Amino acid sequence: MSVAENQATAVRPAAAARDERTGKKFDVGGLILTLITVICALLWAFPIYWGVITSLKPESQVIADTVEFLPRTWTIDAYWQVLVNTMIGRWYINSLVTSLGVTAITLVTSALTAYALSQLRFPGRTFLWFLILASFMVPLTALIVNHFILMAQLSLINTWMGVILPQLIHPVVIIVYKNFFDSVPKEYREAAKMDSASEWRIFSRIYLPMNWGVTTALAIVIFIGAWNNFLWPFLAVSRPEMMNVAVGITQVNDAFGVQYARELAGAILAALLVAVLYLIFQRRVTQAIMLSAGIKG
Amino acid sequence: MIRNRRGEVAVAYLLILPFVLTYGVLFLWPTLQMVYLSFTDAPLIGAGNWIGLENYIEMFDDRRFWTAVRNTAYFVALTVIPNTLIGLGIAMMVSRLKGWQQSIILAMFFLPYILPVSVVYRIWNWMFNLQFGIMQYPLTAIFGEPTAVFRTQWMFMPAVAFVTIWWTCGFNILLFLSGLRSISSDIYEAAALDNANRWTIFRRITWPLIWPVTALVLTIQLILQLKIFDQVYLFVQGGRPDPSMVMVQYIYSQAFQKNEGGYAAAISVALFIIVIVFSVLQFQFLRARGEK
Repeated sequence: MSVAENQATAVRPAAAARDERTGKKFDVGGLILTLITVICALLWAFPIYWGVITSLKPESQVIADTVEFLPRTWTIDAYWQVLVNTMIGRWYINSLVTSLGVTAITLVTSALTAYALSQLRFPGRTFLWFLILASFMVPLTALIVNHFILMAQLSLINTWMGVILPQLIHPVVIIVYKNFFDSVPKEYREAAKMDSASEWRIFSRIYLPMNWGVTTALAIVIFIGAWNNFLWPFLAVSRPEMMNVAVGITQVNDAFGVQYARELAGAILAALLVAVLYLIFQRRVTQAIMLSAGIKG
Repeated sequence: MIRNRRGEVAVAYLLILPFVLTYGVLFLWPTLQMVYLSFTDAPLIGAGNWIGLENYIEMFDDRRFWTAVRNTAYFVALTVIPNTLIGLGIAMMVSRLKGWQQSIILAMFFLPYILPVSVVYRIWNWMFNLQFGIMQYPLTAIFGEPTAVFRTQWMFMPAVAFVTIWWTCGFNILLFLSGLRSISSDIYEAAALDNANRWTIFRRITWPLIWPVTALVLTIQLILQLKIFDQVYLFVQGGRPDPSMVMVQYIYSQAFQKNEGGYAAAISVALFIIVIVFSVLQFQFLRARGEK
């Protein structure tokens, strides 16, 4: 008993000294750092907040001389104006269809190819893998002229297909899938082979379901990328009714001159879907971004 | 057994067929066509004559081409390193927080990254608006009068770079955060016992251990920013595009506004080569440093 007490008192001063050196001193510094972090985060997010708030003000208050961080009168009039006076509904459908198209086709072709590369032996396998790795650093942006010529030859300018096709080159999706397929234990495949299951069955019943998480993560990131893509949808479409929402809001000006609340309302509607998607799937988005940068997480 | 092997090969070819088709038609073919087109005087749509290296010779004498190269390099210089360092700084601040606090703060830094570029453009065009923009308060304090940032030539690129960093930094923050998480906390505890101050800890522990991630972020940023187009194009709308023309924008203007398909292809080849050379060089350089 007394020995234990002795030990305890002997330990305590040392611990207290360490607390003084690390814990307590760090608390003050740490508190300041946390405060700075919070202020930085607020400043960083402020432009988005300011855009949203401005879009909810009546136009007369938007151009008032004073800065008002909350609207005096809340109104969704700007949103009504955008919905009624622009083709934003149509643009939303175009964005949805083309982004889903890019996502679905990319995932299917990539998953099949990755499975073949990962599990099957065939002549040309190494060459194909090398080609995919090499295309990783090739800038697709440099191909805009020839993509346009190709789509024009196929009469796909101003069509959904014309927007979708040149966005299908995502070598990184194959690389990610292959890594995950490689790490599926071989026993599953061997057992299925014993039951003489076909490759398609093994792929669709074992490899794909075991990697649903990766598939969702990749799907979300490809979808957001396609939704936000500007350059190609901007080049491939000139008719207002075929534009994607990100292109439409910058290329079509309404006839009423500059209306700030209305411009911002259009912008916020354009971002709304992906912003909500991100806030719901925050974890998955984070994971997918790591994956596509080559970090397994 | 041989039948089985053959079956496997047939299945494999069937599985890769859709990808090989899209890859061939939408990637390899346009790439070869781009090189071919750059040796002709073709318009954007339609046939042209083989003119050998003339487009390339013209390019080397084209002052606007060199302006575009210079502006692209300037933009890269303004964004790549600052964006990486700011990303690291914010990631270090965020990584100190725990649980839901970290999630909220991280989301505030990350949200801009998932916005479409046209939304970023609208928001910042409003922030910097000459008459009503909230940024005119600090700008007036600095310059003594309201400033049309995107209409003032020397401010244009730095302002676009500033907006670009705000927009894309979230990506870097994420990569750095995962890198910081993988540094063992034992090392920090040992350093704290040795009474090391924050700066020493950063210099001796965090910076060397995070270097592989820094290298990755720098490479990704460099290659991304060489391809700058969207922001410059949007912010210059309604103004004179020439002084701030970047490479992709020059390709766009030659092909789609001047109808010079052949010449635009030659500039595309130049951009193509620049990006690939930088990717390979920087990868080698960073790997060499990382191994030391």
